[in-house]
Amino acid sequence: MAERVRFWNRWPMVLWLAGVWVLLWGDVTVANVLAGLVLGCLLVMAMPMPKAGFEGRPWLPGIVNLVVRFLGDVVMASVQIAKKALSPGRPPRGAVIRVQLRSQSDLFLTVTAQLCSLVPGSIVVEAHRLAGLLYIHVFDVSDSGGIDGAREHSLEIEKRVLYAFATDAAIEAAGLPPRKRLLRRRRSTEVTS
Amino acid sequence: MSPLEWLASVCFILGCSLNLIAAIGALRFPDLLARMHAATKPQVLGLILTMAGLAASLGSSQLTWKLLIVVLFQFMTAPVSAHMVGRSGYRTGKVRDEDLVVDELTEDLRRVQQADTQPPTS
Repeated sequence: MAERVRFWNRWPMVLWLAGVWVLLWGDVTVANVLAGLVLGCLLVMAMPMPKAGFEGRPWLPGIVNLVVRFLGDVVMASVQIAKKALSPGRPPRGAVIRVQLRSQSDLFLTVTAQLCSLVPGSIVVEAHRLAGLLYIHVFDVSDSGGIDGAREHSLEIEKRVLYAFATDAAIEAAGLPPRKRLLRRRRSTEVTS
Repeated sequence: MSPLEWLASVCFILGCSLNLIAAIGALRFPDLLARMHAATKPQVLGLILTMAGLAASLGSSQLTWKLLIVVLFQFMTAPVSAHMVGRSGYRTGKVRDEDLVVDELTEDLRRVQQADTQPPTS
């Protein structure tokens, strides 16, 4: 019985797999959707994944902020690396730093690590999930505002992830100001930030 | 040329240049970890631009969705592959200390090893 409950809880995965199936075929027909759903169910049953445990509350302003800044960061990252790759002389010196994340959740650790690897200056080399530690390779220490600047940057990404997906309790546990206050403050300090 | 073709051309040229730059970076950067930066960042944006160019030039909605999946999976897999290469480089001693300003991972790994080799105190 416990198995069955767990199976029914996997419906987001089934939906995602069905969505990919429909996208791969390229058009939304009843047959495609049904085939996708059946295949998704089969895959979920045949290859069960460990539970990631999503406990959160998606918050639209936070998600918009996360996505827009992330896309901007991706462009910046490419420009930065491109400049360094083409400029003559000795390439910059990097560093590997330890970043203690504020949240305890596996999921937010994963998302933060993924995003950190795609934005300017950083790649995650090692992650320690029990301690909530990320080891990040900084591409150019002087460009990223020193070691502390790079650490700040990674924590800033985690903050955006938390504001986009975490529950209010998780945000409070991470020692961040609640969302409501964030909105109010942003309105009053729009120009400075 | 129609505006759409112009857009596609610009996307193709920018995307291909970024991929070329990624290759040059991977060749020129001195150590493994710096090379991984070149392999993840300009390469991902280059692929996005190339796919956008394809979407603009083909103009068929069926293919646009497939291109979107390509980009989505690139976003998910590029950090993972960079992480795996960096991690295995660390474990096999391919990361040279002298290339790094600070290396807190090696410090921590050494500390853990020392704690392991020392007899338990309690």
